[in-house]
Amino acid sequence: MRDPAPATARLHGVSVAIENVTKIYELRDGSDLLALDRVDLAIAPGAFVAIVGPSGCGKSTLLSLVAGLAPVSTGKILIDGEEVKRPHEKVGVVFQTDLLLYWRTVMDNIMLPVEIKGWRRQDYLPKAERLLEQVGLAGFAGKYPSELSGGMRQRVAICRALVQEPGLLLMDEPFGALDALTREQMIADLQAMWLSVGNTVLFITHSIEEAVFLADRVLVMSPRPGRIDLDRTIDIERPRSWRSRTDVTFIEYMSEIRGIFEARGVLTKE
Amino acid sequence: MRAITETAAAPVLALLILAVWQVGVPLAGLSDFILPTPWQILRRIAVDHQLIATHASVTLFETLAGFAIAAVTGVGTALMIFYSRLFERAIYPLLVALQTIPKVALAPLLVLYLGYGFAPKLFLAFLLAFFPIVIATVVGLNGLDKAMVNLTRSMGANEWQTFFKVRLPSALPSLFGGLKVGISLAVIGAVIGEYVAAEKGLGYLQLQASSQFDTTLSFASMIVIAALGVVTFWSLEAMEKRAVFQREAAR
Repeated sequence: MRDPAPATARLHGVSVAIENVTKIYELRDGSDLLALDRVDLAIAPGAFVAIVGPSGCGKSTLLSLVAGLAPVSTGKILIDGEEVKRPHEKVGVVFQTDLLLYWRTVMDNIMLPVEIKGWRRQDYLPKAERLLEQVGLAGFAGKYPSELSGGMRQRVAICRALVQEPGLLLMDEPFGALDALTREQMIADLQAMWLSVGNTVLFITHSIEEAVFLADRVLVMSPRPGRIDLDRTIDIERPRSWRSRTDVTFIEYMSEIRGIFEARGVLTKE
Repeated sequence: MRAITETAAAPVLALLILAVWQVGVPLAGLSDFILPTPWQILRRIAVDHQLIATHASVTLFETLAGFAIAAVTGVGTALMIFYSRLFERAIYPLLVALQTIPKVALAPLLVLYLGYGFAPKLFLAFLLAFFPIVIATVVGLNGLDKAMVNLTRSMGANEWQTFFKVRLPSALPSLFGGLKVGISLAVIGAVIGEYVAAEKGLGYLQLQASSQFDTTLSFASMIVIAALGVVTFWSLEAMEKRAVFQREAAR
């Protein structure tokens, strides 16, 4: 007798190496804008890394470079030792907004990457159903996005990314557009999901609390040009709960990160 | 209750106008040679239905042929404008300049170049329908959220896949808007062509009737031209309902 299959098979998390990466945008008036300045970062397979920084610090730029959506200006990015030149097939992305196609049902939305990659739909249907179940949307496969709430829609977007079995999940402020309560629940669910899946996650946020709660490692980015100002390993036992937030260590991590923003003038000292 | 009142509002008003017209004309002592009553027009359509249908089928053919060419070339032009910056730069000012020419003014020239047959009517129908189709399609294609393109690209999609999975479906509502404007204008184009020089078609029939002071037949032709416009518009709308997912339908 076998145990019932876990909700989702564990994935092989990939390693990410960002080596001396600079990104320069050419502006319309011909001048150059330095968005990222010599960023170095190595992420171990299966790690949950959060980048926190103010708006416009280049954290989303960094994510789009790792996703292969834009080229680096100098330096290189390696995923499992392979240089990123175009979107990598082991990478799934969750964006700020859910970007669901309104004319497709929930299931057909989740199947979008499967269709694009030319995989067989029936091979991925059971997996998609398990994912929906895991995010509490069992029975919603035939619904349209307009019938769902904002939180439910972002859950579907997460399923759409995970159905590709990504070794690396990139999340660009995925809960930024949600209300505070929904966000709270999504954060807890994301942790549970990640604990069961075990892939590498690069999570971008402007919430210090969100970063400390979720991540193994929090990177703080300075205002433009984006550089990594602090690289702090978060040593709090998992699974973390709302109680962890009142732990002395949790509060200490938060004040340390807050201190960086105060020193940089992003936040004012009390 | 309110819903019933609202749906009934338009037909009630229309019937009211028709009733005033029907009763008012004889009361004012107008002869049918000046202004026929709705009933007279309707009877004329019934009596001369064969004649009218023959001419209507000519106008319908010109309209549909001109519209079909405009739809194909219009969407094609829009795609080239969307995908080629050079083409956009080259063609857009020309298109806008072309659009400012009153097409009616072209009609006599078209007869000179293309003769008295189908060609000038078809060309006028095409010319009027083309521009709105191009503009609406370009607007639809440009309307796609850049983040949506990043999403499909992150999944490894090429432009071809992005186009058919995302760009085209999201452009369809706007594209159909352009097609609907286009087909109404195509009817006008065909009729204008018939006014200038023709031997058949509703425009020709109306002109003939007027020159013989047959005001009732002139009105009858006009009504059928309008009906043609309405029917072609509705057919497109029915196609749109099948092709385009209604955002509200799911609610």
